[in-house]
Amino acid sequence: MKMSKKHKVIIYGLLGLFSLYFLLPFVWVILSALKTQAEVFSFPPKIFPKVPQWHNFVDAWNSQPFGTYLMNSVIVTVMTTLGQLISCSLVAYGFARYDFKYKNILFVLLLATMMIPWDVTMIPLYMEFNLFGWINTLKPLIVPAFFGSAYYIFLLRQFLMNIPKDLENAARIDGANEFQIFFKIFVPIMKAPLILIAVLNILLVWNDYLGPLIYLQDQSKYTLALGLAAFKGVHTLQILPIMAITLVMIVPPVVVFLFAQKYIVEGTSGSIK
Amino acid sequence: MFGKSKKANSYQLVGRKVPYLFISPWIIGFLVFTLGPLAFSLVMSFFDWPITSDATFIGIDNYKKMFTNDPQFYKSLWITLKFAAIFVPLNLVIALILALLITQPVKGMKFFRTIFYMPAVVSGVAISIIWGWIFNSEYGILNYILSLIGIDGPRWLIDPKWAILTIVIASAWGVGTMMLIFYTDIKGIPAEIYEAAAIDGASPLRQFISITIPSITPTILFNVITSVIAALQQLTLVILLTGGGPLKSTYFYGLYVFNNAFKHHRLGYASANAWFMFIVILILTMIIFKSSSTWVFYENEVKKEGKKKK
Repeated sequence: MKMSKKHKVIIYGLLGLFSLYFLLPFVWVILSALKTQAEVFSFPPKIFPKVPQWHNFVDAWNSQPFGTYLMNSVIVTVMTTLGQLISCSLVAYGFARYDFKYKNILFVLLLATMMIPWDVTMIPLYMEFNLFGWINTLKPLIVPAFFGSAYYIFLLRQFLMNIPKDLENAARIDGANEFQIFFKIFVPIMKAPLILIAVLNILLVWNDYLGPLIYLQDQSKYTLALGLAAFKGVHTLQILPIMAITLVMIVPPVVVFLFAQKYIVEGTSGSIK
Repeated sequence: MFGKSKKANSYQLVGRKVPYLFISPWIIGFLVFTLGPLAFSLVMSFFDWPITSDATFIGIDNYKKMFTNDPQFYKSLWITLKFAAIFVPLNLVIALILALLITQPVKGMKFFRTIFYMPAVVSGVAISIIWGWIFNSEYGILNYILSLIGIDGPRWLIDPKWAILTIVIASAWGVGTMMLIFYTDIKGIPAEIYEAAAIDGASPLRQFISITIPSITPTILFNVITSVIAALQQLTLVILLTGGGPLKSTYFYGLYVFNNAFKHHRLGYASANAWFMFIVILILTMIIFKSSSTWVFYENEVKKEGKKKK
């Protein structure tokens, strides 16, 4: 399709305009984080720092136990991702490749759980984890991931439904048992959707604020998101460290996204229909 | 092969327990982390349940109090509905415009797609900090830019009239997810349809109304439902950007429930609040679904009907 010059100008104009909205806030955080105290609190604002204050990052990082927070975030992110990958692939396989009694009812139930507002179960879950003695530990954030998540199961099932049945029938004739078929044949096939749900889960868990807010009390247990929010809550005027840590917090998900963009774009197209 | 149906055959081969073994993690998780808590919170909503002393059964008093004797309930509900009424259409329109833009056959689209999606991967904590700093009424860059074009910017986060809008603007920053869903759907529409329409002399606007929109109605439905649910539950940005203020002008329903539970420790009452919102969401979703039969067209339906005719 050929496009007129005028048409092109309009399109690029709109693209540029929207880019300002999506990009400038990032740029402004970077510029702010590199300023001196005097520069950041000047009005009218100085756009660029005279000399970039790289040490702001080191100062900010050392002002709070951010290393501990980072460690906790990494633990929770890695463990939940592992849990989701194992549990969701098993469950999705069960739903996609077998016929069994009550299958449809169970699957509708699974989809229905996606509609439950989180605050309906928030209080009993808190009490339940309290009963287990898990409050102020990372367990309430990690353990449920080992029992699957409706949306990820749904995505994987959609993928598995499209694979011909002959595959496992052939393997059965060769004498493979059901779990061998799953691990040796289907897990490798599921690579792309598994990467997708790993990425979605990493983004979700790394960024989660409410879970840690409810379940964690001691600073030593804080995740990065909660630690940053708590720091901002107490030191409202310390803009430099707040901006610096915000940037640190943004970098991992952005990097993960840039590397996995292909999986996210492709995965999105398969999920709705 | 042996004259039996395929179904019976595979049952015999794999045994009856195997499928349940595969789905057992979800069944256990569903009972322990979803159904159990769900039922328990319903029970709690009929109790006066303070955190320090014993719970007492009070029937429907929590609900009665909520509807008749708690002005904050109506205020929070109203603010939240107002937010949803602004946010959902705005988000849908922006997402659709962006999706249309990045499906245009011009250079550099991948780059723009990346930029538009990027904020969607950023934590609510970071979003609130970034936008809080931009909206800052003393040192904020936004009011400075506005002043350059002669506008005296409002005190965004301090003025009750404007605070809700700051949450809309900051929330809409994450529109990339929805954009991407529209984008992949629009890309899936066969190019021949547009070519045929162009030959027939249909303008781009006409093509958009007669081809693009009808083709993506199921996706619009999906996006409407998910964004209504998300808007009614908005909490992270509210806590971090405005804390419900100023003057409780952004005291959203989610925050109201959250504070009733964890600040005022009225667990039974908060459960009743939460169940009310659950029912609202169910009813809204049902209404949207019901209405959808008039404006959503599924590809499969057309195909099936076509086959029947043959």
